[in-house]
Amino acid sequence: MCALCGGLGGGDHWTDATARPGVFSNAADPLQRRRARARRIASANRVLAAYAMRLADWQGSAYILTTATGKRAMVDDLAHLWTVAETLAARPCDPLDTALLARLEASDG
Amino acid sequence: MAEAAPEFTPVSLITGFLGSGKTTLLQRLLADPALADTAVLINEFGEVGLDHHLLERIDARTVLLQSGCLCCTIRGELADAMRDLHSRRARGAVPPFRRLAIESTGLADPFPVLTTLHADPVLRHHFRIGNVITTLDAVNGAAQLDRHGESVKQLAIADRIVLTKTDLAEPAAIAALHAAIARINPAAPVSRVLPLWHAEALAFDATTLLTHDAFDLAQRSEAARDWFAAELATAPRHHHAHDRNRHGADIEAFTMHFAEPLDWADFGVWLTMLLNRHGERVLRVKGILAVAGSETPVAVHGVQHLVHPPVHMRAWPDAARHSRLVFIVQGLSPDTIRRSLAAFLRLPLAVPPPVSAP
Repeated sequence: MCALCGGLGGGDHWTDATARPGVFSNAADPLQRRRARARRIASANRVLAAYAMRLADWQGSAYILTTATGKRAMVDDLAHLWTVAETLAARPCDPLDTALLARLEASDG
Repeated sequence: MAEAAPEFTPVSLITGFLGSGKTTLLQRLLADPALADTAVLINEFGEVGLDHHLLERIDARTVLLQSGCLCCTIRGELADAMRDLHSRRARGAVPPFRRLAIESTGLADPFPVLTTLHADPVLRHHFRIGNVITTLDAVNGAAQLDRHGESVKQLAIADRIVLTKTDLAEPAAIAALHAAIARINPAAPVSRVLPLWHAEALAFDATTLLTHDAFDLAQRSEAARDWFAAELATAPRHHHAHDRNRHGADIEAFTMHFAEPLDWADFGVWLTMLLNRHGERVLRVKGILAVAGSETPVAVHGVQHLVHPPVHMRAWPDAARHSRLVFIVQGLSPDTIRRSLAAFLRLPLAVPPPVSAP
């Protein structure tokens, strides 16, 4: 548990699984883990931009989600991210939304 | 002393509609000497622990959960029962078991049982999900699938399906049920079980039923190949117009392929976002993925909102080192899901390679 915030640690989300036998993990060592977090944040931000939000690292153990108007919230992992994002954006974040897909497809061009 | 307990004890969940033969199946399983090292947790529904009395083996390893429906009220109690079992095993107060079977109540959506295993901070270090076994009654199964959404869900999330009461059902009814299974969950192997007293009850492979589970993908890549072959073989079926009143007519299985390695971060962002919004309707997702930076394939396996820890497979199941995913969805458009994943991954969809004969 974090002594400062009282959050229970060790979420072990599947996208960020703890290295153990048989389990795929890209967090085998601290450097690899940091790199994977940076990639994850960049990848999420590409999508979050459509909702005018940004994700940033918080102490290597959580994330901070910020809106364009300055609302912010702590996020534990990617699963948690989307429920919080929907609350801050006050609308659903739907990966099947064709407007979002058109935007992502255009950004690759 | 017997062998030490495994690091992660696999847990099998036995689910199925009320009266669909879960207890018959458990009796058969417990009578099998190969499964003598299986502990059993039974959920009691109603005032009398009827299921409990029907079981042959009631010993220190059978714990009766007292407070009704497993899915909504006793996730905490299930966790307590499992922790208790674990600690008694560690102290030597119960014989060392190497596997745990949980029988869920007939009405229960099995999903919260799986989440309890993943979410509990103690349990998740000692237990892992083995497989979900769903019993389906050959006499009443078709009617239950028509009328009860839970029944379709239980069938869709099964790793194995066991048909019961096949001795009482008409062959035509059994054939119709097989057709329904092929549509809702084409990849799950289907077996039959009859009560012990039945003349034809002898042949039953209990070990295979309980022990081959999702984690086998790491060891047995041919198992993974077979499961994709099963999905692909049934795929053309889904282009037929469905009778909307048929059981689970809005359930569809479809596959996606990518020839290039994918980025794990992009995939994680996409799948978590999809499951957050549509998890209820993603009955299952399974995939063998070529992840950029990883030599060997990674197997992912999800049920509704829950994704199991990704498994490192030892080898590719066949020569085509394509990422491949199978989805079973309810009321979602396969084409939109395909377009969405391709957009998130920034990769073009590939044409599926020809299915190699298993």
